[in-house]
Amino acid sequence: MTRQIFKDIFFNGLWKQNTGVVQLLGMCPILAVSNSVVNAVSLGLATTVVMALSGAAVALIRNVVPNEARIPVFILIIAVLVTVIQLAMNAQMHGLYLVLGIFIPLIVTNCIVLARIEAFASKNPATQSALDGIAMGMGLTAVLAVLGGIRELFGHGTLLSGIDLVFGETAKSLVITVLPGYHGFLLAILPPGAFVVLGLLIALKNWLSLRTENKLPAGTPITLSSHPA
Amino acid sequence: MRRSLLNATLQTALNLLVFTIVGTTLLATTYSQTRQTIARSEQTEKLKLIGQIMPSNLYDNDILKDTLSIAPDALLGTAVATNAYRARLHDQPTGLIVEAIAPDGYSGKINLIIAIHYDGTIGGVRVVEHKETPGLGDYIEAAKSDWIKGFDGKALDSSATQAWQVKKDGGQFDYMAGATITPRAMVKAVRKALEFFSEHRQELFVPSGAAAKSSQER
Repeated sequence: MTRQIFKDIFFNGLWKQNTGVVQLLGMCPILAVSNSVVNAVSLGLATTVVMALSGAAVALIRNVVPNEARIPVFILIIAVLVTVIQLAMNAQMHGLYLVLGIFIPLIVTNCIVLARIEAFASKNPATQSALDGIAMGMGLTAVLAVLGGIRELFGHGTLLSGIDLVFGETAKSLVITVLPGYHGFLLAILPPGAFVVLGLLIALKNWLSLRTENKLPAGTPITLSSHPA
Repeated sequence: MRRSLLNATLQTALNLLVFTIVGTTLLATTYSQTRQTIARSEQTEKLKLIGQIMPSNLYDNDILKDTLSIAPDALLGTAVATNAYRARLHDQPTGLIVEAIAPDGYSGKINLIIAIHYDGTIGGVRVVEHKETPGLGDYIEAAKSDWIKGFDGKALDSSATQAWQVKKDGGQFDYMAGATITPRAMVKAVRKALEFFSEHRQELFVPSGAAAKSSQER
């Protein structure tokens, strides 16, 4: 695998084809979970793991599965992986499972996982597919972190609240109260707040992209076939 | 032509079958590998919860051994027999910890454990398991907010059943805007558990061995 492919995969995942603000796939978990940084990043990382593993798994069996049967097989693989991860987490990391437990099954229904498998992993080797899953997942996690940060800041006046649920009581000191005595802005925490903030983020991304496009010479090549179905 | 179509169909079906079997095997293996650990950590979690709602100065018996099996009961919302833990001080009953289920949460059942003092006041309530909306209905968790402590010290008052409702409905319990269904279900479940307790108080504390099966006698 050349350096260029590696760079393309990560440029695609983190910026050009960012799942959160460009492809706009998997909106349901993005909007539901992004009410605090800790929730958002935790789900983002769990999704990243699932995407990397399922990408690699599908890439390995992609030549064995008949075309007609591929969607059920892909879904089956994702569902099995997610359930195995859920069970393993429940057994080995019970504390974290109690925080994330109800979000984990949602990953199966997150269409970004299936979309990347269909668009990328079913056409590329395992290593690239796993990397694509990681890159896409990291792009998603980044958007979720920013979204969660803005909503938590406006909604509660804090950052990283609830981090003690992940790292134990000692982590409580990591919670940052940005605005002491702030009474909270409910709209930011409720679903409409998620739509508003996400809309602003998409606008920002588009503005930045347009600016860079005007400066760079046209046609910086992105070679991988990675457009969503 | 016909033959090749049949062949292709069979091949696809066979392929699906193989993947299903492999997937099922994987799941079954993981499940049997993790089942005991999961059951154990759930038990530990439950014991930790009990410590939060029944302070240890209220009992001197071995509370985890002094259990009573309660048959499924409509007032508790339970569908299978549950274990209740009995607290005693100097052999006098001081309280009971029961499991209850609020069936009508926003996203299904909410599993609770409730500590009730012998005089019928609430010692504390904790949510064991729920599927309420993250960030919206999950303030019923003690880890997320102090809302659930609003039950502490409350008792059934026959003169004011109105009080056992959320403030929006004219009662005494707080709620958060945008998530009223969750606290409504909780308040109702706790009230019914108290009704269950006052109906069965005598039988509930019969020393183990002569354990009463509460609702079967009704």
